[in-house]
Formats: sequence, C-alpha cells, structure tokens
Amino acid sequence: MFTAGAESLLHQAREIQDEELKKFCSRVSKLLQKEDLGPDAADALRRLFLIVSATKYNRKLEKTCVDLLQTTLCLPTCPEQLQLLCAAILREMSPYDSLSLCCDHIQNTRQLSLVASVLLAQGDKKQEVRNVGLRVFKVLESRQPEGPSLRPLLPVLSKVTSLAPGTLHQDQTNVLNKRLVDWLRYASVQQGLVHSSGGFFSTPRARQPGPVTEVDGAVATDFFTVLSTGQHFTEDQWLNVQAFSMLRAWLLHSSPEGTGTADTDDRSELEGSTLSVLSATASTSRLLPPQERLRDKAFEYCQRLIEQSNRRALRKGDADLQKACLVEAVLVLDVLCRQDPSFLYRTLSCLKALHTRLCGDPTSVRALLPLAQFFLNHGEAVAVESEAMCQHLFTRTPSELFHSPTLAFEFIQFCRDNLPLFGRNLSVLKLSFPNLFKFLAWNSPPLTSEFVALLPSLVDAGTAVEMLHALLDLPCLTAALDLQLSCLEAFRDPQFQGLFQYLLRAKASGTTERLAPLHQLLQPMASCARVAQCAEAVPTLLRAFFSAVSQFTDKALTNQLALLLLERSESLYQVPGYEASVHRVLSSEFLALCTRHPSLVVELAKELLEFLGGTSGLRSGASMLSSVVWATGEYLSVCWDRRCTVEQINKFFEALEALLFELTQSRPSATLPRCPPQVITTLMTTLTKLASRSQDLIPRVSLFLSKMRTLALSPATSSEHCEEGVGAVRRRATELLHLLKMPSVAQFVFTPSVDVSEPRYHRDTNTALPLALCTVSRLVEKEAGLLPG
Amino acid sequence: MVHAFLIHTLRAPQAEDMGFCRVLYSCVFGAENLPDDPRPHGAERDRLLRKEQILAVARQVESMCQLQQQASGRPPTDLQPQSSDEPVPLHEAPHGAFRLAAGDPFQEPRTVVWLGVLSLGFALVLDAHENLLLAEGTLRLLARLLLDHLRLLAPGANLLLRADRIEGILVRFLPHGQLLFLNDQFVQGLEKEFSAAWPR
Repeated sequence: MFTAGAESLLHQAREIQDEELKKFCSRVSKLLQKEDLGPDAADALRRLFLIVSATKYNRKLEKTCVDLLQTTLCLPTCPEQLQLLCAAILREMSPYDSLSLCCDHIQNTRQLSLVASVLLAQGDKKQEVRNVGLRVFKVLESRQPEGPSLRPLLPVLSKVTSLAPGTLHQDQTNVLNKRLVDWLRYASVQQGLVHSSGGFFSTPRARQPGPVTEVDGAVATDFFTVLSTGQHFTEDQWLNVQAFSMLRAWLLHSSPEGTGTADTDDRSELEGSTLSVLSATASTSRLLPPQERLRDKAFEYCQRLIEQSNRRALRKGDADLQKACLVEAVLVLDVLCRQDPSFLYRTLSCLKALHTRLCGDPTSVRALLPLAQFFLNHGEAVAVESEAMCQHLFTRTPSELFHSPTLAFEFIQFCRDNLPLFGRNLSVLKLSFPNLFKFLAWNSPPLTSEFVALLPSLVDAGTAVEMLHALLDLPCLTAALDLQLSCLEAFRDPQFQGLFQYLLRAKASGTTERLAPLHQLLQPMASCARVAQCAEAVPTLLRAFFSAVSQFTDKALTNQLALLLLERSESLYQVPGYEASVHRVLSSEFLALCTRHPSLVVELAKELLEFLGGTSGLRSGASMLSSVVWATGEYLSVCWDRRCTVEQINKFFEALEALLFELTQSRPSATLPRCPPQVITTLMTTLTKLASRSQDLIPRVSLFLSKMRTLALSPATSSEHCEEGVGAVRRRATELLHLLKMPSVAQFVFTPSVDVSEPRYHRDTNTALPLALCTVSRLVEKEAGLLPG
Repeated sequence: MVHAFLIHTLRAPQAEDMGFCRVLYSCVFGAENLPDDPRPHGAERDRLLRKEQILAVARQVESMCQLQQQASGRPPTDLQPQSSDEPVPLHEAPHGAFRLAAGDPFQEPRTVVWLGVLSLGFALVLDAHENLLLAEGTLRLLARLLLDHLRLLAPGANLLLRADRIEGILVRFLPHGQLLFLNDQFVQGLEKEFSAAWPR
C-alpha cells in the first residue's frame, strides 16, 4: 500500500523549492479565479494540500493564493469538494497569523461548519472560539423550519463548549437546553420520506413511510433514540442522534457547577437528605427550568437506551452500538446524579437491575466498568453493596478476559482513576493483584507505565513478599497464560497442577510457592515474543515496587525481602537476557535495603554465610555477589550493630577467603564464567576491611594480597580486557597492603565511625580521607625504600 | 471528543531499519490552548509542535502494533494484502489503546485508540475519559470506509493525493471530532449521501 511511488511523492512534496512553489501558487490562484471551478482546480488543490501537509515546517504560500482559498471557501456556489480542500489546506497551515476568515455572514450551515473548523484551529489567540460559538448559537436559536439544516452545527457547538466552556452565558445556554430537549425527546417516530428525483412540484410517490423500528425489528415502543432504525431519517431524527452524541459533554460543560464535583461529605449529606423526599415521577417536568428539564429528558433517554440495549439486534453493527450506548447511558446517568442528587433514587433501582443482567452476560463486560464507577461514585450515600460488585469485577473478569487489549487498558485505567474512591474496597483491589498481573503479563508494552503508577497503591506490608515473587515470575505467568489459551493438557499433569493453580490464582493467597519446576517445564516457551516482552518490562516494575515498598517497610520486612532477593537471584525463569537485567536491579536494591537497615547484615549472618559459602553465590551472577560482599564489608561491624562479634567477622573472613581462592585459582569453565575483576577487587577490599576490625587476621590478608600482586595470567587466556583487569587487581592489592601496614589508619579508613558523614571530616585537612591515604602511601613507600632488598 | 485523527505507515517488525514511520494524513480538530508565545514566529512554532505531536503518536502506535504482532506470533507478511477481492477482516485486525501522560506529548492527558490494517495505522487521539467502545467502533468504521471508498486494496493505490475524499468521509462520520452514535441504517444513509456526492 505504501509503495515506493508514494514515498517519492512525499519526497517531491517536501523538496519543492520556493520558486517552484511560487509558480504553483499563481497557477492555483488562476484556477480559483475562473468562473467555472472544474476538476483542474480540485487536482491543483489536492497537490497543494500535500505540499503544505507533507512537512512540519511552514510553507510560505503567496498571499493572493491564501486569500483566494479563503474567499473560495466562503463562496455560496462553491462545490463541496473544493470547499473541503480549501478548508483542509487552511487548517493545515494553522495557526496562521494573517487569516482574514470570518464566520459572521455565512448562511450555509455546511460552509459555516467548515469555516469554523479553520477558525477553531487557530489556537484562540484572538477569541476565535468565542466568536464561532456566538455565531453558531445565533443560527441555532432561530427557529426557521425551512431554513438550512442545523446538522452541521451541533458538532461545532460541542467542540466550542469543550474548548472554552464559558463562551455562552446562562440565558444562551438555556435557549439551547430547550432546543436539545426538543431534539432528544420529541423527534418524529415516523420514518423519513424517500425523496423522488422529480422536480420541486412533482408529488412524491413514495410509499407512506411506516413507524421507526427497534433494532430487533419490532415497531418502536416509545420515543426516538439512537437505537431506533428505519429506511430513511428525518432532519429532527438526525438532530436526535447528534444531540445525544454531544449530551454528556454538554451537561458537563454547560452547567454552572461544572462537573458537580462537590465535596464528598457535603454531597453524601445532600444525597441522604434528598432521598427521604422522593420525587419519583416526572409529571411536573414541564414546569422545570430549562436546565433541569434537559436533565430530566436526558434521564428518560438513558433509561430508554438501557431498555433498548436488552433487545437482540438483527445486525452486528447495531449489537456493537447497543453496548456503546449502554456505556454512555451509565456515564450520563453518573453525571446527572452528580449534578442533581435527586436522580439518585430512580437511577439506583434501574442500575441495580442492569448489573444483575450484565453479570450473566460475558459479552457485556465492558459496560460493567462504568457501572462499577457509578457505584463507587455514589455508593457512600446509599447502602449499596459496592463491595460485592468489586469482588465480582476483580475476581472473574481478568481471569477470563486478560487477552483483550482494550478491556485490559480500560480495566487498569479504571483502577488508576478510582484509587481515591475505593475506600473500603481498596483491600479487594490489593488482594486481587495476581489477577491484575494477568493483564500486565499478557499486554506488557501499553500497560507497564500504568502499573508503575498503580503499584504504590497495590502493595502493602501484607502482600509485599508475595508480590515480589509474582513480579519475578511474571514472564512465567505469561507462558502459563499462553498455555492456558492454547491447550489444557499441560494442566492435567498432577505433578504440576498445584503449581499452575497457584500461578494462575485470582487472589493473593498469603503463601508463597517455589515455582522452579514450572520454570523448567515452561522452558521451551521462554523464547516466545510475548514472554520476552514481559521479561523486558520486569526490571522497571521491580524498581517501582521497591520504591513503593521503601515508604512503609520496617526491619522485619526488609530482612524478608533481602532473603528473598538472595534466594530468587538464582531461581529465575530463563528467558534470554532476563537473568542479567534482573540481577542488576536486585543487586542495587539489596544494597539499598542494607543501607536502610544496616543491621540486616548481622541479623541475616547465617543466611549470608550460606550464600557466600555455597555455590549459589557463584551462580547468582557477578552483580549479586559483589553486592553481598560489599555489604558485608561495609556493615559487618560493631559500629552498625553492637551484636557483631569477632567470631562472626572471622567466619565471614574464612568464607570470603575461600571464595576468592576459588575464583582466582579455578579455570574458567562453561558453568563458571570468568570472574570480572570488580568481584575480585571487592572481595579483596572486603577482606581487608574485616581484617582491620579483627586484627589477628591481618597477617593472613597480607599474605593473600601479596599473592594477588603477583597474579599471573596464563598465555592462553590473555586478552586486552584481562590485562586491564589484572592490572586493576594488582594495583588494588598494593594499595590495600600499604594500608594494612598501618593498622590504625586502616581501621579509620575501612571502619569509619558514623560521624564520618559529617562535612567537617572532609573539610578539615587533618582528618580528610584522601589526604590521609596519600600520606600513608608516601610513608610506606619511603619505608620500603629504606629497607634493604 | 476526538482531538486528532491520523493515518500513518506501519512497517513490518523487522523492517525498522528501513525508512521512517510516515504520517500520511492527519486532521486536528480544534487546537490546544497553548500559553502565549511572545517570541516572534510563535505561530510557526505552534504548528511545528502540532506536527511533531502527531508524529510522536504515529511512532508509538507503530511500535505498539509491531509489538502486538510479534507477541501474537502473526507472520509479518500479514501486512501485505492477499487479494483485493477479499474483505479485510477488521474485527481481527490488531488494535489497542494506550494513555499519553500530560505533557507527553499533548498538554492534557489523552488516550489513543489505534487499529492496524495491512500496512496502514489508523489512530484517534481522544480526551482522557471518552467512551472507548464508541471510539473503537468509530475507528473501525472510518477504516472500512476509507479502505472501500479510496480502494486502498487495489495495487498501487495511495491516499496522498486523495485528501478531499478523506475529508468528505470525516466531515460526515466524525464532524469536528464528534463521535456519533450511528446505528447501521444511519451509517448506510450517510454512506449513500457520500457516494452520491463523490462518485467513484
């Protein structure tokens, strides 16, 4: 479709030079000045449109040409095609400072609408929106039955009201309210006439048009709505469609209270008191002022739509429209109840019945969301079981319909937008996170940012651990959902059934299961695109999770999470690239946890020792290992936790020494990749730090460090990288050795007291660390020089 | 209401290195109320911003569509029409929605609803809390009308020099960005009106 020809056409349009454009403009001007505006003019204008729209930079068109475009647009005799093109070109050029277009004298409503579209695109620097609004109002308020069709003007009115809500004052709004009532409620219920092609005086020999019908073919039972059908439509029926289409925006923007978002307390009080004074019937509606009358008719319209949406439509297009109408009806009712709480009583009974009806209909799920929204908005005032509604919504819908991209988006948007309103139901939302994650696992690209915003409200102390496991297993969930959709055989295997059930649970269970067997089983699916996309999103989500958790975490939870990180870092679903990116996040978050609760190193000493001593440390990847080692060096000291014993320090020392030995002596193999130099240097530094605290260890460290200084590389494995790495290791070993020659300095450097974060330690030349280090180095080197050999 | 409608190219996922995502047609309904720009050439800057906003949307839609295609495992050759006689099954076409935060790229937060048909992307930029069901239906309708009336499935067809027809469709089915509740008969009526005014 987008052939090379089109690409070159675009290119030509962009590259056209000023001179050529000037010539073209004069050609266009000539064509537009002709009496007879033929196909040449249309052709030229199409090209001009392409030239103007093809580039994001301004095109300087000749003034005569632009003026002619404007006059042609306003010519009463101009054919539609050219009008549209002139309007389109002028719109494409907007905002345009020298526009002289004005809507005041245009009689033809279709032309007026086109001119308005150009004016509204100018950006309202010269009150264009207001002028257009007032002009349109003028035409709409006049009641000429034989006048031009008002159809083109209602959308303009709607646009003006949403761009500049204060354009019309209350009197004008009331006039329009009255007309809207006519169009909404009193449109003809007879089908339109078929106009024969005879002249003005010939009598139309069409059949008598019958009444309009409902979408299921039955004769219409009540007033005309957008769900009424027929062969042809009258003007007022068209206006009915347009009036309903703009109704919600009109109600919102034309009401002096605006959206009616009064204080929740005030509102529920008002709603509570109004309910005891019922006004269930609309018999006195004719006496109501225009705004209230419009609301009344809007209410009736919505009720009728709800009834009509229950019919079985004959055509698919109508069935789809029924659902859209249902959503809109609920949304309009919500606005009405917010603006006038006296509607609440009538609305509630109607909507409760609707809810029951929809719960049994799987195809109407999209309409459940605005319904839930309604109950959340107004649930305080009446004893509605919004909890049951939320339960149903969160428990059933995601499990069944996670694969629909637009439902997923709407559902999550619903959650995000209503967080302040959930109130008691927030716990339902929080406990349903496994179900919500299904949307995310299946549709990660559009939903990742939504979840990042949602996570702080989803996670709390009770669910944090379970949620972290769930996030780490998200790609696994994607694979499981894929399996669920395509075949159920895998779930029948009793060995895995329990685990699958856990993974696909709808609510937080409060327990955790180790899903390693599932990781293996689902390994073949790890290279699916959908799984890979989910895996890419997880690091971002993890960061959002930890950022949220940091707001409320206490010592116990921090310890739990730290252990979780250690454990899970070697037990991840093997999606290509996933492990590495998750390790990066986990290692930095581990350090953040340690920084927040330094005593965790002492409290979890046993587990950390196991991690360092076993092979898990090596399998967990360099970044994780580095973090744990560094944290040990930093926080395993009496300064941070008085319970730290010399014995503990010694134990850690031994473990780290053994680790370092293994890493530097063993040959790289397929399972144990060559260790990055950062790990080696971190290990050496940590060993030195520990030695500075338990000074009996100093000789051992010194021995080790001396060996490291003479670290040689086997010729077979040397490379540039390695050379650099080995050099870094040697340098670090030397520095550490120097420091150890002055134990008290070493202690100061490696185990600074907490006061060291005070600025004076760094400003005072006597205590500044870099200076101290320099001095030490120089002293030691001098000393070495003085020694023989 | 709809803030903008655009049609742009959709490249196959692997073809990302070849060419750019091109906006083939766009229409902005009304204008964002941007703060007054006292500097000279304020109008040009505003226009530049608008065009870039639309391009940003097109790129995001393309990316979302490519990711969805990859995820659903559909072959990239899906993007080429098989034959011009087969009606394109729009209900199975890739589609979705996503949110645009305030300032990125529009001043107000907005929602984008998109549809991918063969190698064209269609998108509606909506206000933040619109009736998405209606928007989706309208987008499918517009795509169907454009494919039919501009004969986009015929070989060598393009829509670059067909702005008048596109405008003719938009002015009837999405006037000033107003989403309309049109039942089947209304759609037929409007389509007849359009065909009469614009013979093929």
